[in-house]
Order: sequence, then structure tokens, then C-alpha cells
Amino acid sequence: MKGRNIVISSILVLSVASIPFVWSDDDSEEWQEYSRHSTGVAKITNPVYLQECGDCHMAYPAGLLPADAWQRVMNGLEDHFGDNAELDPSTRKQITDYLIANSADKSDYRRSQRFAKRDKKSNDNMRITETPYFRHEHNEILARLVITNKEVNSFSNCNSCHQKAEQASFKERDILIPGYGRWDD
Amino acid sequence: MIIIFPFVLLLAGLFSGAVWADNAAVSEMLDVYIQQGAVQPDAQAGKAIWLKTFIASDGSIRSCTTCHGNDLKQSGKHVKTKKLIKPMAPSVNPDRLSKTRNIRKWFRRNCKWTIGRECTVVEKASLLAFINQQ
Repeated sequence: MKGRNIVISSILVLSVASIPFVWSDDDSEEWQEYSRHSTGVAKITNPVYLQECGDCHMAYPAGLLPADAWQRVMNGLEDHFGDNAELDPSTRKQITDYLIANSADKSDYRRSQRFAKRDKKSNDNMRITETPYFRHEHNEILARLVITNKEVNSFSNCNSCHQKAEQASFKERDILIPGYGRWDD
Repeated sequence: MIIIFPFVLLLAGLFSGAVWADNAAVSEMLDVYIQQGAVQPDAQAGKAIWLKTFIASDGSIRSCTTCHGNDLKQSGKHVKTKKLIKPMAPSVNPDRLSKTRNIRKWFRRNCKWTIGRECTVVEKASLLAFINQQ
């Protein structure tokens, strides 16, 4: 009987104690930080990377690829997926160091840790779109929604559908596929 | 006539100097190219290069206009990523040609992609003269 009282009072105390968390403002900094760690990847913090790579395409957050893949990307800028993206040696080193230090396998963000996982097909690939996690997340997306959709053009254009991709947020509620609408899994 | 001719040349030289003088980065780069042998930067020749098409090793047809478009006062679009490229004309986009580092960087990259080799100093000087007029 005494034991049961303790259990009941514990449940009461715990439920009262949890009220502030449940009722806390969704937009509080703590909540956003927790939310980002569980659903996002780290934001880009290096202005040189943002500028140099963002000139031609959305600068991808470093936490979308593991370090070895970034290293391969940065070793081959003369033929960067068919484009020439050469950089002077000091800028290249600065960006490479940043990407490797913040790569998916070094991040404590949950989504980055998923991006860090490799399989045989993606082992020596350097495309974010070829990582097992990316393929798994996009396997229901039809080509006509992306590749032949003139407003999207390619799976590489994250920000065409992920409206907060440039803030490193890939939440489902922020997906809006042009010409199709919201995506609901 | 014999006496006037050198003056005409001198005036022409001064005038062309004045044309570049409003942009320090352009003046600096043109000086470099002139020292390397691009004696007279020619905007008309630059325009011809801008519009010329080249065939890449993969068979695709490439030109400056592929990404930047024919009208330098308008925005362009990266042929592959479709990302907007701001106008090249300094008259509508004063950031253009404002840094020698960027002039060097983009000439190196874009000549290699478009033409398949680095541009010569004559080509670079002419292109720079052409873009600077826009």
C-alpha cells in the first residue's frame, strides 16, 4: 500500500513537473536548439565557404556529407560535376578544413549522423544525393516532381522544395514542391 | 601633319586611360594584361568573344551567353544549377569588376569551361574592356 502511494505520488509529481516543458513556448531558444539537433543539421558558419560555393549553387551544410567525401570534392574542383570550380590554394585549404571539421561524421546533429552512413553504392561517391540516407528519404519522390519539373530541375537544388534549406532546416512541414504543393509523407 | 600626329596619338592614349580610370580593379588588370602583351584592349573584339560559341569535349555548345545571356544588363542563369547570376554590367551591378581577385578567378574558371583552355591576355583584356563598357 505504501509502495503504491509512492508510485502514485511520483506520477503526480512528475506530471506536474513536466507541465513547464509541455507548455513552454515552441519558439524558445532551448526548444529550437533541441529541435535542430533532432531534425536539422548545423548551419553554415564559414563566410568564405558560403560565398565561394554559394556563387554557383546553394552552399550545402557541411553536415550533409562525411569528411572523406568532402575531401574528394575539394580535391577535384577543376572538374566539379562537369563545371570548373578552381580556387586558389589558400582559399581551397580554408574551405576544405572547415568542411572536414564540420562534416556529417563529426556532427552531433542526428540528421548528420544519418548522412554519415555509407553503403557499397555510395562508398566512393561524393554526391549528397547518392548517400543511403538521402536516397531513403527521397525514394517516394517521382521524377516529374523534381527532375522534369522546370522549377526544381535537380535533386541538388534542395532549396527549391525545402524552403528553409538555406537555414539548414529540412523539416517536413517546410517542404513545398513547386507546381505540386506540400509534401506529406 | 607630321607634328600633329604624335599629339593625336597622345590624346587617344589619354582618353583611353580616362575610360578605365573610373574603376581601379579594371585599370590594374588592364595594366597587367598590357604589360604582358595585350597592347590595345579592344571592346569590339571582346564582344565577339562574348558571343562566340565553342564546342566542348562532351559535344555541348558553350558560350559566355550560356549562363550570362546576351544582355549583360540582365540577370543570367547557371546552365546546370539554374541559380540566378546577377547582371555582369557594372552600370547596373557595381560589384562587377570591382575586385582583381574575382576578375582573375572567374576568367580562369570560365575560360576553361567555355573555351576549354585559359584565355590569352589579349582575349582577357578585350573581354574586360567590353564588359566594363556595359
